[in-house]
Amino acid sequence: MAMPAVRGDFESRAIAIIDDMKSIEGPLLPILHRIQAEFGHVPESVLPLVAHGLNISRAEVHGVVSFYHDFRREPAGRHVLKVCRAEACQSMGSDRTSQRLLEALGVDWHGTTADGAVTVEPVYCLGLCACSPSAMLDGEVIGRLDDARVDELVEEVRQ
Amino acid sequence: MTVRIFVPRDSGAMALGAGKVAAAIGHEIEARGLDAEIVRNGSRGLYWLEPMVEVETEAGRVAYGPVKAGDVRSLLDGGMLEGRMHPLFLGAPDEIPFLKRQTRLTFARCGITDPLSLDDYRAHGGLAGLEKAIAMQPADIVRQVTDSGLRGRGGAGFPTGIKWKTVQETTAAQKYIVCNADEGDSGTFADRMIMEGDPFVLIEGMAIAGVATGATRGYIYLRSEYPHACDVMNEAIGIAVRAGVIGGSVMDSGHAFHLEVRVGAGAYVCGEETSLLDSLEGKRGQVRAKPPLPAHQGLFGKPTVINNVISLASVPVIMDKGAQFYADFGLGKSRGTIPIQLAGNIRHGGLFEAGFGMTLGDLVDGIGGGTASGRPVRAVQVGGPLGAYFPRALFDTPFGYEEFAARDGLIGHAGVVVFDDTVDMLKQARFAMEFCGVESCGKCTPCRIGAVRGVEVLDRLAAGIEPESQIATVTDLCNTMKFGSLCALGGFTPYPVMSAMTHFPEDFRPQPVREAAE
Repeated sequence: MAMPAVRGDFESRAIAIIDDMKSIEGPLLPILHRIQAEFGHVPESVLPLVAHGLNISRAEVHGVVSFYHDFRREPAGRHVLKVCRAEACQSMGSDRTSQRLLEALGVDWHGTTADGAVTVEPVYCLGLCACSPSAMLDGEVIGRLDDARVDELVEEVRQ
Repeated sequence: MTVRIFVPRDSGAMALGAGKVAAAIGHEIEARGLDAEIVRNGSRGLYWLEPMVEVETEAGRVAYGPVKAGDVRSLLDGGMLEGRMHPLFLGAPDEIPFLKRQTRLTFARCGITDPLSLDDYRAHGGLAGLEKAIAMQPADIVRQVTDSGLRGRGGAGFPTGIKWKTVQETTAAQKYIVCNADEGDSGTFADRMIMEGDPFVLIEGMAIAGVATGATRGYIYLRSEYPHACDVMNEAIGIAVRAGVIGGSVMDSGHAFHLEVRVGAGAYVCGEETSLLDSLEGKRGQVRAKPPLPAHQGLFGKPTVINNVISLASVPVIMDKGAQFYADFGLGKSRGTIPIQLAGNIRHGGLFEAGFGMTLGDLVDGIGGGTASGRPVRAVQVGGPLGAYFPRALFDTPFGYEEFAARDGLIGHAGVVVFDDTVDMLKQARFAMEFCGVESCGKCTPCRIGAVRGVEVLDRLAAGIEPESQIATVTDLCNTMKFGSLCALGGFTPYPVMSAMTHFPEDFRPQPVREAAE
């Protein structure tokens, strides 16, 4: 069976990823994770390729991509800052801290700053609940977030 | 002799600067030409003292904390390698009251060993349970787990041995062991600590489950919010495979057990076992109707044991020391130990493993030392975002599955989140509904629609619009969600909402101050 026409780097690379992983058990999430790890998001154009490669409908792939909070349809900023909004962090004043952060960056939750420096995402628990409030910048964990640390973070991501 | 210096690699310690501390110590070892090496251990779980650095001296281990990178020079100048006094000196870690009062069975090695050293693991009692298990009949292994009284530590509290027995007695060409490591509850981090601090104990527990039930494949479904745990787990699996602990023949027993980590994608509902299985299969993480039970038709329709990290990690000690040893700890129908996580606005936050039965008040005021802010404790949420809020009046509740249920609460995954007197319980109730709305899988109506309506009604209540009628509506809605939802997400969201309304009614009455502020 012929694969759909290759239209660019994303597509040819996606086909290689799909071919590499399609024989494992339950391949869809691992494939999507790897696509996002390489491209920074899951481009719309690769969804038909995934559907074709796994012999499932495009609707199923769309359903999965849109179900999970992690999968991004558009590229993120240069940095991704995940800020915990769950109860343990709330008990330590995270509502106020994150408000300060969002105002300093001029974005709302899920937003990317105009200069493309950072995307701020809400997260419901990073498992750092004994050192709240917590956040994660590009995979690096941060505990006891206070005003001073928020201001440092804003500086850090803008550089 | 080379001195071993322990600097935790645990995410909690890393979040407080352990990485910088390790780098600073490494730099000084080099610059001073010291005969010392750094071991990146797990955390002991005393987070107000993290990063906690330990040194192995002739007189035993000595701890210092909380250490900042800037403290490293003065520590070394003061004779840290010989365990000498310093303003950050904590003495022998085991003598710190928070640790001394614990009974560490599941967490016996966490924070002590190098998480990625199989030799260290063996030297501290690791693999003894698996060695005994492979010499036993599968039915006897299952009986030992059943007799220990171990119940699901993820929150549901279902007897682990019963799940195993069902899978063991079901015939199939392929069976699975699935570890639920989707620890999404706020206030919980025990799974993360085990995976980062003692990953081999989880591997051993899963291998025992495989041998007992005839399952040859295992998956750890690990949430994407835990990248460090994922790295450690993957590395540990590689080491275990190369050492023959798992793989084609578990410790030369002839039993095959292949294990793999699968990463979630940020959906809280996938902590529910049936949606987790759907997610593993590559579908939307939607809840399945039961029956069929996962033990009969689980992953890919095959018989599947699905257990929480802590349940599986508690199996090795049960196999090693016996069912009775484990069952001798505890209270009522809650046998053994429970790793309680003290979190939120608490002075001494961290991991406290003890036999069931301690009162909530002893945990919060005694062990935890009250709030971090120094203000009075007003409310405590036990069991994550779906757990009830307890007022001080219920602090005599003993920690146990039935004991908490009798007070209209649940212990869940044993997270305890403390709030001081600045908390607005109406806001907390609203958040519970909002969270349910964000995370609902959408399959059943009470959860999908109820959560959204719940937020709207509570907003009207906050605005002072016909408060009595709003309270009646929320109560009715909670009743519908509790009895009409497919899983615990919609079914348990009423716990925080109703407990907040019941125990803190003053926050739900129209307040002149609140009206004036608007």
